[in-house]
Amino acid sequence: MKKMKLISTLLLTGLFLVSCGGDKKDNAASETKTEAVKTENLDPMLDKGVGPITRIEIGALDQALADKGKAIFAAKCTACHKIEKKYIGPALQGITKKQSPEWIMNMILNPENMLANNATAKALLAEFNAPMANQNLTQDEARAVYEYFRTQE
Amino acid sequence: MKSIVRNAFLAMVVLSFFTACNKSGKKDGQANGALASNAAERVYVAPGKYDEFYAFVSGGFSGQLSVYGLPSGRLFRVIPVFSQDPEKGYGYSEETKAMMMTSHGFVPWGDAHHPDISQTNGELDGRWVFINENNTPRIARISLKTFETSEILEIPNSAGNHTSAYVTENTEYVVAGTRFSVPIPQRDMPIKDYKGNFKGAISFIKVDQESGQMDLSFQIMMPGFDYDKAHPGRGKSHGWFFFTTYNSEEANSLLEVNASQNDKDFIAAVNWKKAEEYLKAGKFTTMPVNYAHNNFNENTHTATTTWGKTVRVLNPAECPGLVYFLPTPKSPHGCDVDPTGEYIVGSGKLAASITVHSYTKMMAAIENKKFDGDAYGIPILKYEAVLAGTVVQPGLGPLHTEFDANGNAYTSFFISSEVVKWKLGTWEVLDRQPVFYSIGHLMIPGGNSRKPFGKYLVAMNKITKDRFLPTGPEVSQSAQLFDISGDKMQLLLDFPTIGEPHYAAGIPAEKIMANSQKIYKLEENKHTNAIKGESEGKVVRKGNEVHVYMTMIRSHFAPDNIEGVQVGDKVFFHITNLEQDYDVPHGFAVLGNNNSELLIMPGRTTTLVWEPKEVGVWPFYCTDFCSALHQEMQGYIRISPKNSNVPISYTLDGDKLGK
Repeated sequence: MKKMKLISTLLLTGLFLVSCGGDKKDNAASETKTEAVKTENLDPMLDKGVGPITRIEIGALDQALADKGKAIFAAKCTACHKIEKKYIGPALQGITKKQSPEWIMNMILNPENMLANNATAKALLAEFNAPMANQNLTQDEARAVYEYFRTQE
Repeated sequence: MKSIVRNAFLAMVVLSFFTACNKSGKKDGQANGALASNAAERVYVAPGKYDEFYAFVSGGFSGQLSVYGLPSGRLFRVIPVFSQDPEKGYGYSEETKAMMMTSHGFVPWGDAHHPDISQTNGELDGRWVFINENNTPRIARISLKTFETSEILEIPNSAGNHTSAYVTENTEYVVAGTRFSVPIPQRDMPIKDYKGNFKGAISFIKVDQESGQMDLSFQIMMPGFDYDKAHPGRGKSHGWFFFTTYNSEEANSLLEVNASQNDKDFIAAVNWKKAEEYLKAGKFTTMPVNYAHNNFNENTHTATTTWGKTVRVLNPAECPGLVYFLPTPKSPHGCDVDPTGEYIVGSGKLAASITVHSYTKMMAAIENKKFDGDAYGIPILKYEAVLAGTVVQPGLGPLHTEFDANGNAYTSFFISSEVVKWKLGTWEVLDRQPVFYSIGHLMIPGGNSRKPFGKYLVAMNKITKDRFLPTGPEVSQSAQLFDISGDKMQLLLDFPTIGEPHYAAGIPAEKIMANSQKIYKLEENKHTNAIKGESEGKVVRKGNEVHVYMTMIRSHFAPDNIEGVQVGDKVFFHITNLEQDYDVPHGFAVLGNNNSELLIMPGRTTTLVWEPKEVGVWPFYCTDFCSALHQEMQGYIRISPKNSNVPISYTLDGDKLGK
């Protein structure tokens, strides 16, 4: 069990190291394929991904919203994601420190385009084989799930 | 050498053009001439493009309702209605078994006949399709949001629910007349005493405008004739319903001879607004009956049966003004009302002409008491007093008539295998086209409403013989699509149908497609055995019942390793599809299950029962290719001998669920 966690952490770290190298471009929210290629070497915290969320303000932790997000996560996401360990998809502990809020919400809301056009998402698909399912969350629901992730750092 | 060959080839090509020119020159004046030559183009719907119309085509003895696109003739879906469908688990799953329930017990099959789309102000509104079952009299309501059967109502006192399932112009009622008259109430009596003792019930079923729920409102106890087809009055004749009858001879044997003796049978004109007045005044009797009413709840994803125990009955002899008979020649079959509501077309199957009655003249004849005696207390109106006109000798064996928006009528002729276009009011024949072969019904989208969409006509044929590649003794029945936008009808396309296409209902696609449901929301899933997350998966033993609460998502089941089940147990797989994306159903089957697979839509919970008979470790898997790792979507259930001490366990990836 622990061994698995270690491996997945290593894998994830490796992945981010690859994507961290090189110059930092900031046209992150671009939706075209050609632009997506340019994001290859982006700082993940600046990579906003592709999808409906182009910019979102994150304030102080809203516990009520996080609780709501926890319930949504339990119902719609836990068939493939666990917080602490790699499962069908990656472990999500500390995800808010690794990817931008826009990227995370776009991955939830727009996985088909993310998997086709975002370099980090593409790399995750290559690693995990199972494409992220679109669970048709609303933007508000995705925001709540993000808030829950903030409590799991 | 090469050049010789080339020259010879060129000569042949040139020659062939000449021949072709001659041919087309000859054909120009004919119905199948140059105008029809771009038929392929007119039915071609390019890949990724949508059809202009939906056509809901009766599956006849298949018991189902098929959904086609027009003009392409592409089959989109077969909606299971009256027959079990192992492909979808319909009628096999614990949730849908109740849909097959009747007062005669579980009936796994039905004979589906006449679909009719709900209307508002006489126009198709795309909320529901109703369809009748002839053999064990029932009416189903299909939701055009989910494209699933929502409700099935059994019709008591009926015996051959053929005169159905037509709706009034605001969907106030769906009607159900009986084709076969029977003793009412049913009793042990000699068949030869039919005459005067058998009765024919016409049922009016009230429809709730919000939910669509059907309620058997009342029945009119008619004489023991055969009630065949019907259509509602519309516009000025709204409030009336017209039913054809045959066997006014009341024969009980060799009907093909004995029910063809009278020169005229009747169209029964029923004033249902008058019926409402009589009901309000208490002029009904309450009769004990027993009928099943099956409802599929969209929130619990489960069908339940309730039982109707009484029905209000009106006796037309005691309710003046409720029913009149319009004499109509030769065992009329189709009973069709034109878009204005003025003309009632009765197609005498054995008549040389088509009879058209006038609503205005009927009202005047009633007013002026132009009666020609009565039948069992129901006034018979004078034929000449109600007749609007006849279409003289248009063909052989007229059956059904539909209408376009330009005052034209189109009648099918079974014996002479053709569709004849004629003019309302002048009764002149404008065009005729052969069909292949032996047409029954025909359909123009909206062709029996106030607003027909007169672009296409679908002929539904009983015989195909040599039209398609042979498939042994049993061949399909067929539909043929005509373009009727011009003066002359043009045959565009043949396509095979599911079962026997008795009638169809067509509607512009835009009236339905936007409302078509994509998924069932998990948060709205109120199934008693639903689980809303993978961690809620569990296996619970209750005596010899084992309940497996399982989830599915691309691409695994949770749990997928189950132990502690024994031979002789009854295993209930309660499976919730956790997907919330469009077009991601998962299937489920377990080796040796004696019922069907399950096909579970996103967000839905469905239950399959499996009774393992052998010790072993048996696989289950997803039957519907769902993802790149669909082949990995599998699991095992271990079956131990009876009274084994293997404890119940359920895991996924080695972990017990629920932690």
